[in-house]
Order: sequence, then structure tokens, then C-alpha cells
Amino acid sequence: MTSPITTMQAQTAAHLLWQHALAAPDKNILHLLYSRQPDQPVTYRQLLMGAAGYAQAFEAAGIQPGEVVILILQHGEALVYAFFGAILHGAIPSIMPFLTEKLSPEHYRRSLSALFRVTAPAAVVTYPEFTAEVRRAIQECSAESPCSVRQVLECSQIQPANDTSINLLAGFHRQPQDIVLLQHSSGTTGLQKGVALSHQAVFNQLNSYAKAIHLDQQDVIVSWLPLYHDMGLIAGFLMPILMGIPLVLMSPLDWVRAPYRLFQAISTYQGTLCWLPNFAYNFCAQKVRDRDLEGVDLSTWRAVINCSEPIYLKSHQMFYERFRSYGLKPCALATCYAMAENVFAVSQGGIDSPVTIDWIDSKAYFNQRQAIPVAPGGDNLPMVSAGKVIENTHVCILDEQRHPLSERQVGEIAIRSDCILTGYYNRPDATASAFHDGWFLTGDLGYLADGEVYVTGRKKDLIIVGGKNIYPQDLESLVNDVPGVHPGRVVAFGVANEEAGTEEVVIVAEAEDENMTLEQSDALANDIRLRINRGSDVVVRYVKIVPRGWLIKTSSGKIARSANREKYLAEL
Amino acid sequence: MNQTIMQTLNEYLTNQVLKQPRRVLAPDEKLISNGLIDSFSLVDLSLFVEETFGVHIDDTELIAATFDTLEQLTDLIQARQA
Repeated sequence: MTSPITTMQAQTAAHLLWQHALAAPDKNILHLLYSRQPDQPVTYRQLLMGAAGYAQAFEAAGIQPGEVVILILQHGEALVYAFFGAILHGAIPSIMPFLTEKLSPEHYRRSLSALFRVTAPAAVVTYPEFTAEVRRAIQECSAESPCSVRQVLECSQIQPANDTSINLLAGFHRQPQDIVLLQHSSGTTGLQKGVALSHQAVFNQLNSYAKAIHLDQQDVIVSWLPLYHDMGLIAGFLMPILMGIPLVLMSPLDWVRAPYRLFQAISTYQGTLCWLPNFAYNFCAQKVRDRDLEGVDLSTWRAVINCSEPIYLKSHQMFYERFRSYGLKPCALATCYAMAENVFAVSQGGIDSPVTIDWIDSKAYFNQRQAIPVAPGGDNLPMVSAGKVIENTHVCILDEQRHPLSERQVGEIAIRSDCILTGYYNRPDATASAFHDGWFLTGDLGYLADGEVYVTGRKKDLIIVGGKNIYPQDLESLVNDVPGVHPGRVVAFGVANEEAGTEEVVIVAEAEDENMTLEQSDALANDIRLRINRGSDVVVRYVKIVPRGWLIKTSSGKIARSANREKYLAEL
Repeated sequence: MNQTIMQTLNEYLTNQVLKQPRRVLAPDEKLISNGLIDSFSLVDLSLFVEETFGVHIDDTELIAATFDTLEQLTDLIQARQA
């Protein structure tokens, strides 16, 4: 029996990294995978020195401890070192997604300058070839009032530290309750919120979560998840590095073009743990070819954890059937309910026993918001459990008036824990409205049964596409600008696609012109698709052009998303 | 420029990827950088090209810098078939 993995007695993440580097300087804590280069192992000593180089660069650039540093970097050494470098300096790192091939630079710049306004960072770290873009965003942001960004640092100019005075770095003077990092939610229409987390909150999460998944010295974590999202940042980055568990990390861009690399990495590095959003189960099951799996052995994989978007039973079945002959164990399929505001996990399913499938009566569910257990099959609904609440977190279910509901009644999920966010950074308004009586209101709907959490839907109008949170307001405002669309007469919503294992975005827009030909209507739909593809993180397939007056409005004159969604589905 | 290759690609993309069978793609219409082919469809496209034309496109080549239009993809296929 080995001793449990914990964050030890460390005061901050800087202390913890330092302790690991002292205790095991030559341990390969990280393996960076690339598509055209050999794998790159990184020891704790290299990580510490690489990060210390950034800490010294921040110091030299006049960045103060407690100030925010935005990292616009892709998968690779620089991102890892810059992140921990900010922590060693006592600054607050926040990772932003990089510009993708399809995203228009104008839209990217707009969301970057919106971020600058809300978060007021002191510095940005990026590639030399991207600094001009960042400076343009700074300029755009300065239009109203002076922009907070004082420094744009080029990662190519920053070398690893070579001295041993690392323990003098400012990060070692931070306190456990100080903010260690910000996780940004997507969104441009004033919805952008940076989730501020303290060192202590992160440690409390890691210690509770490590227990829930029985994290062990034998574990190896393999991840392709982006680090600007809680699942990638916490489970697929901070937890392994801060707890001494080797991490094999690949780029999300490489994975999406070659999903088989995940399986080869599990096999090569004898990976034991991996977190995936639901769509990835379908994607891997459908796209990985046999020839790319030759010699692959998945028998070391003890948990593949489904997290961050609605979980489909069918996705687990597809994934298992596809990979069982390569040694995947059925008990490896696990689930998790998580959110950035609780650092990461709220509950964990599987691991100790197979994931519970709770068959409930569909009529009682839809009409009375109750989850009444029934026999499997027929019209009954299989609800996939997100597992037991982790040790340091409490869950209750609230009704519309925010009164607690009893077991098996469906309502809003509220949580309380010692790892809850410090607040939405510089957004006291948003922080205040997120809590009720000490409970954090998640905006998710669900119920509790036999101590397990079931997430059934969302209270807020949020679309989750491939694990990415998309606000319909953002898409609607993009479409409103498309010539030929009747302004304000647009609705965006998500429709579940079981085949893809995720939601797909649908846009319904009223045309200005009453007498459009089929060709004109097709052309307008294409313009709308292009606007969304270039202006947001998603790709939209389903655009419906409707005549004036088609969209249903609420009594207050707003477009009713759910009513229009029902109408759209009924007309299919 | 091989019209047959281009037409086959056009049909595949409009039917299978875009799900807009009525649509006709222009030879120089940007496919990847305009998000018409999203990243989740790239694996399928490379498999389709391999099965239909016997041409291998490495997964590291599935980026706009390698091909971004029907014209460029057709050229790439023809060059590799030669």
C-alpha cells in the first residue's frame, strides 16, 4: 500500500513545484508530443529552470506579483514554462486560445480587447510573429480608456534560468488564499468571466479529487485537451505536474487530425488515466482506423473519464466496442461532473464500480420534473450517473424559488466547497449573483439519487459543442450583422446529435426580403454560416431561413429560444 | 485541371461534409480558412481521398497551407497520382 498522493504541506503552487524539483530533479514529469518531431521529455529541474527564466523576465519587465499575465501560446515548452514562470513570480497566469485557421483576425482581436478591458492584464506573452496582432488589440482596447497591458513579451527572447537563486523569486512570498490563476470562459457579449482560483482552492480540489480517483505513483496521465479549459488545465496539466504524476501531453490540433495518436500514446507510455469530452468518444470510435492501431495495447488504461458536456450512454458503448479488442476494459469507462468555478470536479463516477445507469420514467421526468426509477428499456430514459460527490464538496438541488428539493426531484444544482472560486475577476456583480446563501448556483439542472449526481440539462441558454461552451447571444449578434437578415430576428440554439455525441448549432433567421428565391435564400444561409464560422469557435451546419413573423417572441418582445427550438424540431 | 476529380470532391464535400446537396463549390472558394470544412471532418476527407484516388495525405498536411480550395486539392491529388 503506497501513501496517498497529496499536495503535501506546501503553501503555494510555487513551493510545491520547488519541492518536487528538489526531491526528484531528474524525474521526467512531462512528455511533450509533436506531430513532426520526436517526443520531448521534460524533467522537474528543466521545468523549474525554464519557468524561473520566465519569472525573471516578468520581474525585469516590471510586472508586479498579483498582476495578470495573459499567455497566447500553443502547445509546447514555452506555454508550460510561461505558465509556471508567472506562478514563480507571483503573477496570475491566464491562458487564451490561439487564433485558429478559420477564425477571422478581426473577431479574435475584438474578443482579446474585450478580455483586456475586463481582466486588466499587465502583460501578454506570445510568439514574435503574433505581437503585432496583440498590439492591434491593445490599440482597439485603448479607444475608450488607456489599456492596462504594459508589456508584450516574446517567448523566443526568454531563456531558462541558470542560477540557483530561484528561492528568492517573488512567488514564494504569496499566501495560500492569493489567486494562483484565472480560467476564462468564452463569450464576447459582456459575458466573458475570468474564474479566479486561489492556491488553497486548487490544492483542496487536487487532494479531494486524487482520493476520488485513487491517484497513485503508478499512474500516467495522457491528454490532448487544450489548457485554456478547466478539464485540460486541471486534470490534464496542473494535477499531474503538482502531484508528481507523469504527464504525456499532445496538441489538440494534432489530435483532431490524427486521433489515433492518443491510443498510440496510451500504449507507448502505459497511460492509465485520460479525460475526454463526450463527443471525443464518438469521434475516436468513428475515425480511428485499424491500421493505425497495430500493436496498440490499451490494457493499462484504468480510467477514461467522460467530462464537460452531456454524457450519452451510447457514446460509451461505441467507444468500448471499438477498442475492446485492443485491451480496453469495460470498467475503465468513467464519468465526472466538473466546472471551473469548483476548480474542476464536483463528482466522480466509475473507478470503484461501474458507472450507474438510472432508468427513469420519461413522463414523470418531463411533466413533474421527477426522476422515478423504472425498469430498463421501452420509452424509459437511461440517465448516466456523474458519480458520487467528491469529499470536499456538497451538492444540493434547488427549485425555482431556491428552496432545497428532495431526492429524485429535478432542479438547479448548487454546490458548496472549500475549493470554490474566489470570484469572477473584476466582476463583483457576476460573483454576487452566482451565489445564494453560500451556495454557488451552477446553472445546470439535475437530481440526486443514492448519493450520486445526475446532470439532466441546463437552466441557462448555453450550447455545448464538442466540450466548448457557446453562448447563443454571441452567435445571434454575429448573424444580426449579415445583410439580408431582419435585424433582431435571429435565434441560435443547440440540438443534440447522438451520432456525433454532442450538440449541433442551429440558426433560424428571418429574411428581410419577403420574396426570396430558393437561390437567394441559400445564398443568405451561406453568408450566415460564413459569419459564424469566421467569427466564433464553432462551425454551423444548420441554417434555416424563414419568412417574417415565423419566430416566436415572449410577452416582453424577446425572441424565445426554447419555444423556437421546439417549433424548429416540430417542422423537421 | 482534372474536372472529374474536382467534381467528385465537390459532390463528396457538399453531400457528406456540408450536408447541402444543392450547393456547388467554386474552385477557388476557401474551404479550411473559411471553416467550411471543420477540423472534425478533415480525417474523413483524407480517408475519402485515399480510398477514391489512391493518394495519401498525411495528417500533418491537413491544414490550409497544404490546400485550402477545391482547385488546390485537385492539383495535389493529380501531382501525387503522377
